[in-house]
Amino acid sequence: MIKKLDRLRRFEMIRTLAAVGLALGIAFLLILFTSEQPIDALRAFILGPISKFRYFGNVLELMIPLLFTGLAVSVMFSANQFNLISEGAFFVGALGSSWIATNFLLPAGIHPVVGILVAGLIGAVVAMIPAILKLKWNADVLVSSLMLNYILMFLGFYFLNYHLRDPQAGDMASFKFPDSARLMKILPGTRVHIGLIVAILAVILIYLFMFKTRWGYEIRMVGKNESFAKYSGMNVFRVIIVSQMVGGFLAGLGGGIEMLGMYTRFKYKTLPGFGWDGVIVAILAKNNPALVPVGAFFLAYLRIGADIMSRSTDVSSQLVGIIQGVVIILVAAEHFMSKRKNRIIYEESMADLSAVKEAK
Amino acid sequence: MSSIIDIIGTSEFWYSVIRVTTPILFAALGALISDSAGVINIALEGSMLWSAFAGVVFSAWFDSAWIGLLAAIIIGGLVGLMLAYFALNLKTDIILSAIALNLMAAGGTIFLLFVVSGDRGISSSLDSRVLPKLFTGLADNVPIIGPVIFGHNVLTYVAFVLVFVTWFFMFKTPMGLRLRAVGENFHAADSVGISVKKIQYQALVLSGIMAGLGGAFMSMGYVSWFSQNMTAGRGFIALAAKAMGGVSPIGTMIASLFFGFASALANYEAEISVPAEFVKMIPYIFTIVGLVVYASKKQSDVKRARQKQAEAATSSKGGE
Amino acid sequence: MGKEVLAMKGITKVYPNGIVANKDISFSIDEGEIHALVGENGAGKSTLMKILFGLEKAQEGKIYLREQEVTFANPQHAIERGVGMVHQHFMLVPSLTVAENMVLGVEPKKGLKFDTKTAEEQTANLSKQYSFEVDPAAKVSDITVGTKQKVEILKALFRGAKILILDEPTAVLTPQETKELFKQLKFLKEKGHTIIFISHKLNEVKELCDRLTIMRRGTTIGTYQVSDVSEEDISRLMVGRDVILKVDKKPVAPGKNILNVKDVTYVNEFGKNALKNVSFNLREGEILGIAGVEGNGQREIVDLVTGLQKIQHGDVEIKGESIKGKSIRDIRDLGTSHVPEDRMLYGVAETESVKANVMSYKYSDSTYTNKVMQKSKEIDALADRLVVDYLIKCNNADQPVKMLSGGNIQKVVVAREFFVEPDFIICDQPTRGIDVGAIEFIRKELVALREKGTAVLLNSADLNEVLELSDRLIVMHEGEIAAFFEDASKITEEELGLYMLGLKKQSAEEIGRAVQ
Repeated sequence: MIKKLDRLRRFEMIRTLAAVGLALGIAFLLILFTSEQPIDALRAFILGPISKFRYFGNVLELMIPLLFTGLAVSVMFSANQFNLISEGAFFVGALGSSWIATNFLLPAGIHPVVGILVAGLIGAVVAMIPAILKLKWNADVLVSSLMLNYILMFLGFYFLNYHLRDPQAGDMASFKFPDSARLMKILPGTRVHIGLIVAILAVILIYLFMFKTRWGYEIRMVGKNESFAKYSGMNVFRVIIVSQMVGGFLAGLGGGIEMLGMYTRFKYKTLPGFGWDGVIVAILAKNNPALVPVGAFFLAYLRIGADIMSRSTDVSSQLVGIIQGVVIILVAAEHFMSKRKNRIIYEESMADLSAVKEAK
Repeated sequence: MSSIIDIIGTSEFWYSVIRVTTPILFAALGALISDSAGVINIALEGSMLWSAFAGVVFSAWFDSAWIGLLAAIIIGGLVGLMLAYFALNLKTDIILSAIALNLMAAGGTIFLLFVVSGDRGISSSLDSRVLPKLFTGLADNVPIIGPVIFGHNVLTYVAFVLVFVTWFFMFKTPMGLRLRAVGENFHAADSVGISVKKIQYQALVLSGIMAGLGGAFMSMGYVSWFSQNMTAGRGFIALAAKAMGGVSPIGTMIASLFFGFASALANYEAEISVPAEFVKMIPYIFTIVGLVVYASKKQSDVKRARQKQAEAATSSKGGE
Repeated sequence: MGKEVLAMKGITKVYPNGIVANKDISFSIDEGEIHALVGENGAGKSTLMKILFGLEKAQEGKIYLREQEVTFANPQHAIERGVGMVHQHFMLVPSLTVAENMVLGVEPKKGLKFDTKTAEEQTANLSKQYSFEVDPAAKVSDITVGTKQKVEILKALFRGAKILILDEPTAVLTPQETKELFKQLKFLKEKGHTIIFISHKLNEVKELCDRLTIMRRGTTIGTYQVSDVSEEDISRLMVGRDVILKVDKKPVAPGKNILNVKDVTYVNEFGKNALKNVSFNLREGEILGIAGVEGNGQREIVDLVTGLQKIQHGDVEIKGESIKGKSIRDIRDLGTSHVPEDRMLYGVAETESVKANVMSYKYSDSTYTNKVMQKSKEIDALADRLVVDYLIKCNNADQPVKMLSGGNIQKVVVAREFFVEPDFIICDQPTRGIDVGAIEFIRKELVALREKGTAVLLNSADLNEVLELSDRLIVMHEGEIAAFFEDASKITEEELGLYMLGLKKQSAEEIGRAVQ
């Protein structure tokens, strides 16, 4: 019987790998057909990120925001809410930290901490809104969170324009962040900053939160079977709100950390897209915080590889979009390789049955 | 405030309301069709984007706006077909499938644009065509409403005609009957031998075609080029418009016009004495408010109906 | 009577969750008769009919139509061969008109257009031909339940049904509507149609049917001429106990009052007046059984007492405290447990582990959680202990619940609700659809709880269980207490059947003894 679980778990891993492999296969075919230098392009794509320490540093840098939004989406989706507010929460978080960075004078150690905490809090507040609209008035979470993202973007630009804008900067951008507000670099030769450590801590904490505390337990039960949660005496309303706030906090935190770690001014011109990336990471990780680093690393590696490829060859980095799509669909597809899965279940159940009979 | 009233008083403003409503209306009709069959299509955004891209590329290649349009329609339908395959055959969650298709569209169009033209992000080197405007001569001859309703792109007229075609299709044809039956009670459809899967496939493809028309309008009417993410969430706004419009195409049209109005107003940001960012927010705020009002109205309707039944039951008991 | 028109032979059906719904059943009907299929809930009637209509596939057995073997892979096949079915839950599309529902799938066309006029004419003609009065242009959402029923029957006739299966058609009808339906069914019979009539209302069977087949626990007990058997005979054959699971029950003197249900009236979400002035009480160390044909108010009693639904009129007190305005958690914290009827919907989160499922009652208790972190060691120990104590067959407590058999899933639920040694427990169909071993185990545990002083409210459609376990017993009929018995062991099934089926009712005074 234990064998059955292991075989199924192993099968799920193989299935995910097969999905990734198939998506990469499609990407390779596209490169072969569209490029005049396919071998170079492939090499740059696959080996590029590990060809130079700096490039690998880029992968790690990109992983940081992906870890935060990936965790955020995992927590929100665990409560069975298709809340896509991570995108907007990340954005306003980034803006909030910029505000703290430019408008307050604080000691070096405290300044960034306050900045990212404020970022997280703003994220938590905005993430609550779609959930409340849903619980109070039954408005669809998916659509309302998408719309709210745009509203937050324009609100953010207003705030930037009227309160943070540096008239000396040519573009629309905030004042320069003082050094006291910026996050420490931790890997010489790269821009990898202390945010990576915070992200890893967040992965561990959120894993513990989801699987080792009663609040995480409540979120998981509400997500798996709301009727059961209600019957068990859980306050479903509160659990959903809390889960969305935790997710929003993480996304906002990510925004703040990305801003203070990677930029000297706030200069986003549109939503940066890390919220959507968080959805991809969460799907790859099957909403399990412990697997979020794997998904984030995969996506970051893919992005940086594609970037290197597009800079050195004639293939556009947007190829990644296609790979992402195929991976999501196949990983989430219940029936992808389901015949094989059903056979495993059947075989193992039959084996159990005969074992039981023999035992009798 | 007076500036807003001044703007609303002009015929240019109302002309632009109709113009910006067009793509939203197409996609909202698409959402209506798929929702009626009980399958939610969030890949409308992706359908639109691919179609906008296909319209530009094919119209440039074949030197014909009409071939561009045809390609846009086919591609839009294909995206719907893919969503149907993923959701109904591979049993991927239909929302996740659609998110994936949208991501693929955002990256894939730019990837292919670079492949076919070498352009990065915007189709500047493609000599694409635009679809013609109709009744331009009439615009100046009919007073007041002439400049508002004449001289639009051919697809704008198609969109409004499609409102009635969709209504006819949904409520007057056997296929529409089956569509609604599947969406409302698929057990009922199943029990009389209607293939639920087939109907849902057809609905998703049709819905993709509708969005495709909207995409074609974006790149061959609204503007004359393709650029990265040019649909800018119109597919999502359409979902909200559908949600507000209820089950009727006329309602969908009214809701779409409502968003068109808000978006058109946003285009006049420079002339309104409110910060531009707030003006641009209007359509999205309208959407959320509309969504909440619609959803809560539906909820309270159900509650009221139940209450009424309950009261009737208790009062009849009192009479016993 | 005509010759045999349809025969089902050796039908066996096991559902994927392991429930054996039909065991080697043989069943046949004659041309032009109205044949009743009677039996308790869960006896397998509906499954058998679903197999006949192509909605379910039997593992074994054959179907013969006019002595020709047939296989119905889907309803379309059955419809083509002249078999029609009217389901218990209407298969109608509410926003469409009667005519549109009628022709769905075989729509008349005029060019591209759906031909509304022809559809309405066809409907009108058919309704005239069978004298079923319906308005073809009316929206289904606007017509009465009785008319919906007629539309369903006409729908089957429209598709050429010669054999008509009616699954509990009168369950939702008023007496007047029922009378009219019977007239029409007799008329159909005269026209040469054959009707299979599923019911557990015996007076109706007596009035309408020619022959009847009785089912019990997935098998047929026998086929009789209706004129040869009395209602009492049928009732006895229906509910008679075949497997006797004896439970040793020591007499326990009931202690103080735990549950007081006071004059509760409730209108359910469909606007049905499901409970009418129901009052009873329950004491420590006592099992109060609720018997009744499903849908007579038992569901609502359970929902109100557990806090799943809000009390509208009257009051419910647990240990002297009114539960009005209390949350489900508050009610549980009063020392209440609940074994729900639908274990997959309410009882478990099926994709989660056994451990996650057994801890859902006490997860927030200080025994199992610190301020922040859960006490993993205690939780693991609890899960392991319950797996052993409640004989839950699984490889370990981390296994997802959905990989367990129905009986073991139920043991997970029971383990969780029992181990806390509640003061009051509601057991709703505690042994439905599970194997005999699990049934015996759960009943024993339940009696053990009672001996420890727990007050037990037992709702079960299994009469054997209700009679065997209960100390006192109430019988529900149409939202009212139809009978109260001080000593459940002194009642015969025949007598119980009469009250359940509404053939008899006690006086208000006798029923009033339910409150002590």
